[in-house]
Formats: sequence, structure tokens, C-alpha cells
Amino acid sequence: MPISPVIWQFWEKWLTNFGLLPKEASTIAPEMDALFWFLILISLFGLVLVIALVTYFSARYQKDLHPVAEDIEGSTVLEVTWTLIPLILFLVCFVWGALLYFRIYTPPVNAMNIYVVGKQWMWKAEHPGGQHEINSLHVPTGVPVQLTLISQDVFHSFSIPAFRIKREAIPGRYSTVWFQATKEGTYDLFCTQYCGTSHSAMIGSVTVMSPEDYKAWAASSTSGSSLAQNGERLFASMQCNACHNGTAEARGPSLAGVYGSKLLLASGSDAFVDEAFLRQAILNPSQHVTAGYAPIMPTYQGQISEDGLIDLVEYIKTLHSNERPQQTLTSTTSTEAAPTAAGMVKP
Amino acid sequence: MDSQTLTTSTAVAVEHHSHPSYQKHHFETEGQQREAASLGMWVFLLTEIMFFGGMFFAYLLYRNWYNAAFVEASRQLSIPLGTANTAILITSGFAMALAVWSAEVRKKNLLVLFLILTNIFGLAFLCVKYVEYKEKWEHRHIPGIRYSIEEFVHPLLKSNGTTELEGAKALPVDTAKQTEMFFFLYFAMTGMHALHMIIGIGLLCMYTVLAARGKYTNGYVAPIENFGLYWHFVDIVWIFLFPLLYLINRHG
Amino acid sequence: MSATIVSLPDQSTARLPKVNYLNNEHGLLSWLLTGDHKRIAVLYLISTTFFFFVGGAAAALIRMELLTPQSDLMAPDTYNKVFSAHGLVMVFLFLVPVVPAVFGNFLIPIMIGAKDLAFPKINLLSWYLYMIAGTLMLATLIFGGVDTGWTFTTPLSTHYVNTNVVSAGMAVFVAGFSSIFTGLNFIVTIHRMRAPGMTWFRMPLFVWAHYAASIQMVLGTPVVAIAIILVILERTIGIGVFDPTKGGDPLLFQHLFWFYSHPAVYIMILPPMGVISEVMSTFSRKRVFGYTAVAFSSVAIAVFGFFVWAHHMFIMGISSYSALVFSLLTMLVAVPSAIKIFNWSFTMYKGSITFETPLLYAFGFIGLFTVGGLTGVFLGTMGADIHLTETYFIVAHFHFVMVGGGLMGYLAAIHFWWPKMTGRMYPETFSKLAAVTVFIGFNLTFLPQFILGYMGMPRRYAAYPPEFQVLNVLSTAGATVLGLGYLLPMIYLVWSLKYGKIAGNNPWQATGLEWQIQSPPLTENFLVTPIVDHDAYDYEWLAHQTPREVTTVG
Repeated sequence: MPISPVIWQFWEKWLTNFGLLPKEASTIAPEMDALFWFLILISLFGLVLVIALVTYFSARYQKDLHPVAEDIEGSTVLEVTWTLIPLILFLVCFVWGALLYFRIYTPPVNAMNIYVVGKQWMWKAEHPGGQHEINSLHVPTGVPVQLTLISQDVFHSFSIPAFRIKREAIPGRYSTVWFQATKEGTYDLFCTQYCGTSHSAMIGSVTVMSPEDYKAWAASSTSGSSLAQNGERLFASMQCNACHNGTAEARGPSLAGVYGSKLLLASGSDAFVDEAFLRQAILNPSQHVTAGYAPIMPTYQGQISEDGLIDLVEYIKTLHSNERPQQTLTSTTSTEAAPTAAGMVKP
Repeated sequence: MDSQTLTTSTAVAVEHHSHPSYQKHHFETEGQQREAASLGMWVFLLTEIMFFGGMFFAYLLYRNWYNAAFVEASRQLSIPLGTANTAILITSGFAMALAVWSAEVRKKNLLVLFLILTNIFGLAFLCVKYVEYKEKWEHRHIPGIRYSIEEFVHPLLKSNGTTELEGAKALPVDTAKQTEMFFFLYFAMTGMHALHMIIGIGLLCMYTVLAARGKYTNGYVAPIENFGLYWHFVDIVWIFLFPLLYLINRHG
Repeated sequence: MSATIVSLPDQSTARLPKVNYLNNEHGLLSWLLTGDHKRIAVLYLISTTFFFFVGGAAAALIRMELLTPQSDLMAPDTYNKVFSAHGLVMVFLFLVPVVPAVFGNFLIPIMIGAKDLAFPKINLLSWYLYMIAGTLMLATLIFGGVDTGWTFTTPLSTHYVNTNVVSAGMAVFVAGFSSIFTGLNFIVTIHRMRAPGMTWFRMPLFVWAHYAASIQMVLGTPVVAIAIILVILERTIGIGVFDPTKGGDPLLFQHLFWFYSHPAVYIMILPPMGVISEVMSTFSRKRVFGYTAVAFSSVAIAVFGFFVWAHHMFIMGISSYSALVFSLLTMLVAVPSAIKIFNWSFTMYKGSITFETPLLYAFGFIGLFTVGGLTGVFLGTMGADIHLTETYFIVAHFHFVMVGGGLMGYLAAIHFWWPKMTGRMYPETFSKLAAVTVFIGFNLTFLPQFILGYMGMPRRYAAYPPEFQVLNVLSTAGATVLGLGYLLPMIYLVWSLKYGKIAGNNPWQATGLEWQIQSPPLTENFLVTPIVDHDAYDYEWLAHQTPREVTTVG
């Protein structure tokens, strides 16, 4: 950054206090703002240049001062100049913008994952420890957080202006975005894809806390079981372990360690097993058959909600061994035993 | 402040030469009118290509994603009927070309004959289409309105145990549901094509009547020529539709 | 001080030509069944103005609602219908048709030395299709409205609203065919009906601009037509093509829709750009700087405009690699517009400039379109688009290009060719006042919206957080001024029909063929087919014009 950090901070503070710039509350925000100022700079340069030309020519060549116009066809030099200079400037913007884009939409591997389900007209955030929030999101500072978004109905768009991030929540598949919050505080959260009647009510707040405060919050707001624990219950109640029980003669492939692996499918192609793959495999199993197995898995389309699918995916992610699935957890610190009543209604 | 108005300079008065009765007043020559009409039809056909193009794009996408379902769904279409329709349309195109020739050599009766023949083949095409659509209705393969995946999950069998449709494979339920996409594209594309055929047949009736009055055998060939372009275009669309819809994976 | 080029005939003896296209036939049917491109242009002028005010009324309602953060003027559902109406009417019933259908229709045959367009009956059909589309749209609005936005995003439009999506879609479909036929007519006319000596590179740049826009009309509009048909089918019989629960892909609609709707914005701006070429040349008294560059830039915009559509979908789940391609192409399509702006500016270099109203609007265009176009580069920059998209930054951007650019160009055209179309001049003081009012009102309305957008205020919001109120109030204040600026021309232009000074055939001393014939023109435009032996914007040729035959009839 060619600008001294002191000047940058002063500039940013002045602008945010005057309501001309949202707070910079994530690691990517200053990068976005820097690109923005560059764009403003070259735009101002172009605009001032054009205005100056028109003003000067108007004054200098007005009819009273210049009664006879000269017939000029053009100038190849000028044409080349004002073709190349804008092109080069725009290409600089392109490269810079591309780098920023890839950075925002390529989550780091170690990012903490929070699921966000959008539906008309609310946001449901689901932390791995089982904390559920509606129209709000609590995150710690200094930790990369990935949001895995999906919509239950129409297109929505999850936007946190203070983080300078935004991503569409698409019906039918996951999309991701990540950020790392830097400043504690409360920031706006908007839905930015028109979604019907209460589109403007689909707003909330993002609360950024220190890691200790976040831990305390997570402990106090857990529902008692993590997403994976919910998934474990669902796995049992939907009787997935009838086929996926990890034994040698099982009808379905073992799910231990499948997440993050590369799978050979019955169709002959390779697939990387991520959240999207797992979700698709549950809803459209006949096109995701593991090599060596018969396409007998029934589809669960319409039988499991997006929340339920998230729970199952989270559960499968925790499976590391072939032993009977235990009540493995991620980050909740609740000491209550998870309820195991049979016939539990799917979440 | 001259009150005299200017005219264009060096304007040489173009003699008002006599022109054919069918030349419109805003054209300078008959040749200009003919060329303008022809270019107009080509540009219109370009818009039609873009119009069908949207559906072809959707077809490309879904055939790629749901290949297994598309293969089985395509098997439901009758190759004999489709081939017959292709032959019918190509023959009607031939008749149309002969009609254009008749107009050019100013043979009125031949022109009327070939226009009628073209029309008959066009109607025959629509009859075959009706038969096919009716069969789809009976098998409950009308997307959205009357659709059942039963025949894909449990293919119909002959009395000796083999499948009624040669080579048919049973599909799992979730793949079978994707066949509805094939049928949607089938009806959308052939339906849009049939609509263009119907418009063409309507126009053909009009042209036949006017041709019988001698309107197109005194040198005014352009409307027949340009309609011929339209008819051939509709024919070509079918030539693309037939293999894409009927012949998926039918080799062997 | 009269540093002006306006050259009117002696008003004490001046009369309108006894025979002209307006009075050679009488009666309603002579208008409703006309083949005369000039009469059809007038029909379009009246109907597009009507729909402009319908869309403008919707805009007024929007800005009034947004004075306060709460949704207190109307229920959110109503607000959603109002902004949808504003978008649908303004885009499909005003911005897309207006300059081609009014000025393209009126001027293209005359500018190339022809008696009419290639297909006069199809031209009339275009107008009837436009009226049918307008009626369908009005019916949609009257019978409950539609609340999908002008973009008909699926699955919202197909499964989640109960409003008049089908009739709105049909209106757009029919309007699309009106546009296709206009474009088809222009292409054939420009190819086949140029007068002897009128080569491609002697045509006015106005004609080039319309040729480029026509290519887009003809190639792009059918794709949105099929997209709308698919939405209607999905909505009525549930075919599943865009429905994820049936295996369909909602993103497919986005691709089909934007494949047209991006070229559509160039359809909306290229014709006004053509107007600016004519105006800059006339009021600088010299040819447009870099004629060839401007002509080729128009075509380049038309071609490249087809390759950038997914920049409307950067955050919607397209792959990052395809986003890369579309962003790069977007940067490329921005360059020809920059080339044109510089060429227009340099048209003034060593000119002899007078500042009549059309030039004021042209200046407005140059400044505002530059801002609008450059903010487009902001949005084409992928990383920046993430923060800026779907906010008021987008709203400000497209209003700068569409209104600051397109509408200014249209107003420039009205003020430039009004004397030709009607034979009358309008009062210059009022027209200048209106131009300045529009400019000030426009900036006050839309500049705050850039800030609002960066602050994060989303678009299509009926209610918003209170911290955004000040800028919204500023914006509404500007809108009031802007509305006033649009009303003024209605008054003085209508006044001029009866009381305006007689214009004569060439009040601006301009070079185009349209200025060498009487005002208003004869139905057949020319008494004799012109034979062209000079370039466009040849002021020396104009200076050597000797009055020969009188071309005013009667």
C-alpha cells in the first residue's frame, strides 16, 4: 500500500463518521476500499479531463472568438492514445478486481464454517456447535469464517457491507463466501436480491466479538446438540445406516472419511466429495453412485429440509472410523447429553 | 435570410421510367424492391434462429446433465414416424422449390399445383405430429399437466418378458424424474416448430389463392421466393430437431 | 449578443409549406393506416411520451415513499409493484423504442436519400405491436400489477408470486417483436435504399448508430422472447425448466434473460449517441472528429455487447473462471464508448461553437454518460462488484447512462429536429432553462445514490435503515426538480406548434440531407432523388449551395 497507514486510517475514520463509507470491519474491506479509491481516481481523472476539454474548447472556440471552423478529419495518434490509455487502465482494474474476487470467493481451508439458509423472509444461521440464529450472525474476530449459503425458495443474497462481502443464496445448491472480521461491533446484514413482499425486512445484524466473548456466547446459546449430533439422529431415524453401516457386505459404501476424499463413481468419472457433493448424493443418488455399488439408493428429494441436509452433511463430515457412529461433536461445550428419543421429528 | 429554399446540389433528375405495377412507390427500381424483400426475409430468419437458439441452448445443457434420462426418454419417440416426417418435409421442400421455379418461368398452373402439393405435405406432417402427441398423452408423458415416470421406473414388457421398447432400461426414481425435462424440451421445440408450420400453411393457402389469380406469374416472383426461404428454414429446423430428439444413443 | 447560427426565414412573410406530410391527407384513418415513416414517427412520439409519463409517475411514487425509512406511503407489496412498473414501462415502452422509433423512423430514409423505409407496412405493424404491448402493460398495472421487478427473476416469478406475471410477460414479448421489426426495417433500408453516391462512409453517424443498434435488436430480442415464453409455460403448466425441485436450473433463466438485456442497454444508448454526433458537428460547424473511429466504435459496441452478459451474474454462482472471461470482455466493451466521448470532445477543437439548446443537452450527455460509463467499469471489476452489486450504486449507474445519457440524447434530438418535424421553432430561453433544470435535478437525484450504494443500501427496498434517510431525501428533492425539467418541454413544445417562429428548411445551417428539404417535409421526402457527391458533415459543400429550385411546394 503506497499510502501511509496513518493517513489511510484518518481518511477512513473521517469518511465513516460522515456516513460516506461503511466501517471497515474485515480483512478484505481495506483491500476493497483501496480498489474503490483507485477506480474513483481514474474516473475523476477521466471526467475532469473530458470536462476540461469541453470547457476549454467551448470558451476558446466560441463563434465570436473563432468565426471560421477548421475542417479536421481526425488524428490517428490521438485515436490510438485514447484507445490504449483507457484500455490499459481498465485492464489494471480487471486484474486487481479479479485477484480480489478470487480472494473473497476462495475460502481458506481452515475456515470455520457457518451454514446460512435463506428463505422468504429470514436468514437462518447455523453454527457447527448447533447454535441457531435468525437474522443475526455472531462471529469472532481474527478467525476466518466461511459461510455456506443456500436458499429454500427463491434467490436471496447475503450482504454484509461492513465486510464488503456478498453472495447469492441459490435454491438447489450451496454457494460460499468467507471473511475474517477485524473490528468488534454490530454491523448491518441485508438481503440484496429482490425476493418478494418482505425483501426489505429480510435484514439483521452481524455481531463481531472477541474470541473469548464468542466462546461464551456459543456456550450460552447452544440448543444442546451440534449440527453433527442432529445429523446423527436424522441418520438413524431415516435409517441410512441400514445400508451405510460400514460392514463389508453393506449395500452402500462406507461413509467414514469420505468427506474430503476423491471418489470414483460408477459412471467412471472422479468426484471430489465436498458439502455440495454430499447434498447432491442424498437428493439425486442415482447420478452419484460409488463405483462397485448398485444404484439402489432411493432419493430423499422432498423428504428432508435444507436444515436437515445440513445436519446430515455435518454429521458425515465427522465420520472418521467404521465403528458404530458415536456422538462426536465439534465446538459446543454443552455438558447436557443430547436427547435420543426415538422417532424424533426431522429438524 | 433567403426565403428561397435549397435543393440538393448536382441532383440530376432521374427520369420517371415506367415500372411494373407491383413495384411499390418508395423503391427506385424493381430490382431494389426484390433485393430489399430478400434481405428482409434473411434477417427475419436470423431472428428465428436466435429464437429457437434459446431452446437449443437449454437442450444442450440438460442433455449434458441428465444424459441417462434423456436416452431413455428419447427411446419413447417413434423413429419410423420421425423418419416419415423428415421425408415428408424434405419432399415438401422439393415441391416448394419447384413452385419457385414455376413462378420464375411464369407457369401459373404448375405454380398452383406445387403450392398445393407443398401444403398437402405440410398438413401430412402435422397429422403425423398429432398422432405422436396423442400417443404421448396416452402414455402420460405431457410435462406439467399429465406426467408419470411409471414407464421409466418399470418399463413396459411384452408377453415374452422382453421390453416393449427395444433396449429400454429401468431407471431409478430420481433419474426417471429427469425425463420430464426431455419431454418439456421435446414439446417446446417441436411445438414451436409446428406453430411455424401452421403459420406457413396459412400463408400457403393465401399464396395459392393469389397465385391462381396470376399474381405471381407475371414477373413478381419475390413473395414466392421469400416464402420459399421461410419454408426451407422451417424444414431445416426439423432436420436438426429429428436427430437431437429422436436419435439419442440409438446406435447398436 | 447573438452569437448564434440560427437562420430563420423572414418571419413577416414566412409561411409553413402548403403541402407537407402533416397536411397532405386528413382524417384519423389517414394516420392509423399510414405507411409514411414520418407519420409513424409522430404516432410513436405521442405514444412514447404517454408511457414516459406513466413510468415517471411510478418514479415519483418511488421517490416519495423513500422520503422516510419506513414503508409508510404504501404497503411493501404496492411498492414492489410500483418499482416493477417503473422498470418495465421505462425500459420496454420508452428507452428501447424511443429514439429509433421516433427519430430513426423519421430521419433514416431522408438521411440516406430514400423515399421511405424498405417495408412501410411492417413499420406500421411495429407501431401497432407497440400499442398492443402498451395496452397489455397498462392492463397488467390496472388489474393488480406485477411485482417481480422488470427482470422476472425465477423462481420468484414462476412459483412465488400471485401477480400478473403472464400478462406482463406477454406485453414484453409483443414489445420485443415491435423492436425486432423496427430493427429489421432499418437494416434492410440502410443496406438497400441508399441514394446514388451515398456510400457507407458518407452516411451520417446517426445512421451508423442505428444500424449497430438494429443488429442488436434483431439478434438479441428473440432470446428474451423465448425466455419469457419459458417463464410463462413454467408458471402456467409447471414444466420444470427453471425449477430446482424438478431438476431445472434457475440460473438458466438468468443467462437467457441477460443475453438480451445486456445488448438491450446498448440498444438504448447507441441511437442517442448517434444524435450526439449530429449535434456536436452542427453546433461546432465542422465534421465529427474521427468519423471512421466513431462509426466502427458503434459497430464494436454492438458486437462486443453480446459477449458480456454474465457480468450481471458475478455473485450468482457462475464459476470464477467464467466471471474472469466476462469481466475482461466488459473492460473491452468500455473502450469504444471512451473513444466516442473523446472524438465528440475534439469535434469542438478549432470549431466555431454556438450554444443552442441541443448542444446543452449534448454537453449534459457527455458529462453524465462519462460518469455512468466509468461507474460501469467499477461494476465490471469483479472484486468491486461483490460489494457494489444489488445496491443503489447499480441504480445510480444505470440511471446515469440511461437517463443522463439516453434521455439527454433523446431531448437533444427533440430540440434539434423539432423544427424539421413541425416547421416551428420553440422559445430558446425556456428550452435552455429546461435543459439546465434537468441537468441540476438529475445530478441531485442520482449522485447521492452512489454514496448510498457504497454504504450498502440495497436496491428494491421499500423500507431502509434510518441512517440512509438524509441521502434519500436529497435524492427525492432532486427528482422533483428533474420532474419539473421534464414538464417544461411539454409546455413550450406544444405552445410552439401554434405560436413558434417558422423554422424554414435549415435553421441550424446543418449539412444533413434532411436539412436540404422543406420543414415539415413532403410525404415523399424528395422531389428528385438526390445524388450524393460529398461526405457527411461537409460544411464547404453547404457553403456552396446555390439556391436553385424552390423545393417548398405551394
